[in-house]
Amino acid sequence: MVPVEYYFVLSALLFFIGVFGFITRRNLIAMLISVELVLNAVDINFAAFNRLLYPGSMEGMFMTLFAIGVCAAECAVAIAIIINVYRNFKSDTVDSIKNMKW
Amino acid sequence: METVYSYSFLILLLPALSFIVLALAGMKMSHKTAGLIGTTSLGLVTVFSYWTAFTYFTAPRLADGTLATIVPYNFTWLPLGNLHFDMGILLDPISVMMLIVISTVSLMVHIYSFGYMHGEKGFQRYYAFLSLFTMSMLGLVVATNIFQMYTFWELVGVSSYLRIGFYYPLKPAIAASKKAFIVTRFADMFFLIGILLFGYYTDSFSFSFAGDIQMGVGTTPFIEGNAAKAMAAGAFILPTALVLMFIGGAGKSAMFPLHIWLPDAMEGPTPVSALIHAATMVVAGVFQIARMFPLWIEYAQPQLSIVVWVGVFTAFYAAAVACAQSDIKRVLAFSTISQIAFMMVALGVSLPGEHAVLDNHAQLGFMAGMFHLFTHAMFKACLFLGAGCIIHAVHSNEMSMMGGLRKYMPITHITFLISCLAIAGIPPFSGFFSKDEILTACMHYSPICGWIMTGVAAMTAFYMFRLYYGIFWGTENKEAHEHHTPHEAPWTMTFPLIFLSAVTCLCGFLPFGHLVSASGQAYDIHLDWSVAATSIVIAVASICLATYIYKGESQPIADRLYKTFPKLHRAAYKRFYQDEIWQYVTHRIIFRCVSKPIAWFDRHVVDGTFNFLAWGANEAGESIRPWQSGDVRQYAVWFLTGTVALTLILLSI
Repeated sequence: MVPVEYYFVLSALLFFIGVFGFITRRNLIAMLISVELVLNAVDINFAAFNRLLYPGSMEGMFMTLFAIGVCAAECAVAIAIIINVYRNFKSDTVDSIKNMKW
Repeated sequence: METVYSYSFLILLLPALSFIVLALAGMKMSHKTAGLIGTTSLGLVTVFSYWTAFTYFTAPRLADGTLATIVPYNFTWLPLGNLHFDMGILLDPISVMMLIVISTVSLMVHIYSFGYMHGEKGFQRYYAFLSLFTMSMLGLVVATNIFQMYTFWELVGVSSYLRIGFYYPLKPAIAASKKAFIVTRFADMFFLIGILLFGYYTDSFSFSFAGDIQMGVGTTPFIEGNAAKAMAAGAFILPTALVLMFIGGAGKSAMFPLHIWLPDAMEGPTPVSALIHAATMVVAGVFQIARMFPLWIEYAQPQLSIVVWVGVFTAFYAAAVACAQSDIKRVLAFSTISQIAFMMVALGVSLPGEHAVLDNHAQLGFMAGMFHLFTHAMFKACLFLGAGCIIHAVHSNEMSMMGGLRKYMPITHITFLISCLAIAGIPPFSGFFSKDEILTACMHYSPICGWIMTGVAAMTAFYMFRLYYGIFWGTENKEAHEHHTPHEAPWTMTFPLIFLSAVTCLCGFLPFGHLVSASGQAYDIHLDWSVAATSIVIAVASICLATYIYKGESQPIADRLYKTFPKLHRAAYKRFYQDEIWQYVTHRIIFRCVSKPIAWFDRHVVDGTFNFLAWGANEAGESIRPWQSGDVRQYAVWFLTGTVALTLILLSI
């Protein structure tokens, strides 16, 4: 059986890879993928902790499934926004929409 | 009893409605429709006013012989603790008399304006403003409390402003309208202070004392509750408040030195001058004194002498200026000032006699003042409307363009002559009766005052006939008349003249003392023949003098007089430099020494403080603005840093 710490290490790695990608990438799609990585790291955490702390109950698993659903919806919305940004600015980099600030 | 007068609200409502209709939809109407709407509503108002007067004066008197004061409508408009502002209708002898005066003159002006304003631009606007003015003036006279009076008082001021500035593309009209508004507003400030003092110390704005003139009895039915307040009110507050109110009235009624707006107000259309600046609005001040008269008598008898002497001086000053003016409307304007001063004096000299009750002499002043208000309104309106016909015919206000007009304009000539005789005080015309009563009352008050007023009456006769001969006789300006032959005005303009001069002929015989008197009891007028004879002789002598000097084709005596006293003539022509003095006082003293420092303080200190606050907020905003860079990754870094920092802090605790 895989020790539970391994899950946490994987989750932490995924989380920080996602954060790093979100901060360093300019491409909107790449940033979206980074956000997905962060979310997946959290999902893994949920599942692992559920197993570790309350082996008899399933709330952590449900939360994970729920988060995956939300994540999919968010993805659809984000991609719709990205397509519109691309149509308007002819670019898919995050810098191109700076003039939408104040 | 009140139900008898239940229609009286229509007297105010009809002109208000006609104003709203004409002001909103007037521009879409033809001239004729607009004029007819205004005239019809005014006609109805006149009918109602006459009916009110008839019912009121024929109603049985109360047990003490006075006419009842009736309040058909009164509702609280704005309650403020103890005090409340009411709106309503109050009928007593003077307000009913004013209803007659206002509606008659206003109706005549409405009819007259059909001819005078024919085809002018802004005809509908003109009628809308006429309705507004009539409504405000009617509201003023039927006010049940001093606050309502003040409200309508200001409305009258606004409509006067609108009327004077009617020809707004012309510069002098704008200047005159502003002058009138500012001067009367300045005076109204004192009126307002007076009202507030009065309201605060008596806990009431109401005219509940109207018709309750128990002279010398010293009852204070309207001061209740706070004894300290009542003491202060009786001792010095009420006299102060009344004098302040008189300043307001002096502004509206063009008493010296606040008279300067009235001559300039002649820039408005002539029928308006007749309505506002001769017959109705300018008597608002007189009416105010008459309305507050019970209080004057009870609390401020010594202060009444202010009213008297301001009036005497104004009457004399205005008559002197009128002798030298060449613009016919200016002459009439100054004669108006002089005649209103007569009314003021008449009210001021109306003091209770030795037994602290109103004897006949005391009654006389009040009654005569009101009577003169009534007769003066009629003949002065007639004079102004006549002047309008003349200006209409020769297209000029200057006497030099006239002369010899009697051939061309017979009706105007006759009616003008009747009015001139009336104002000069020749029997049997109405002015004789009222003016003679005033002179008698003045004589009784103080012989000096009486003789000065007799002298002013003589001057009145002189300058009116100088005007009359200058227009209808004298040197004809043939050149101008050949160019454009003067002709008689259309019937819409002559009918009001005939009507008003007929009234002038007849209304002297009204038993006025039975209708309006200080104590409210019926009072028989006894002509004091010694005073009457003197004034008739003096008036006739002045008329003869004017005839001698001004009737002929050439006027050697007048020319010689000008040459002998050039400075005097110039000073009188320039109105004794009153405008220049005001100009000096306002520009050099008030503007420079008071307004400029205040403006500096406002601009640098007050504005500076707020500008500094705004500048600080702006700078703060600018400095934190770059934080919102629009760079999503930067936000993420901040967010991450913040989260990490928070986590560390929480862990370390």
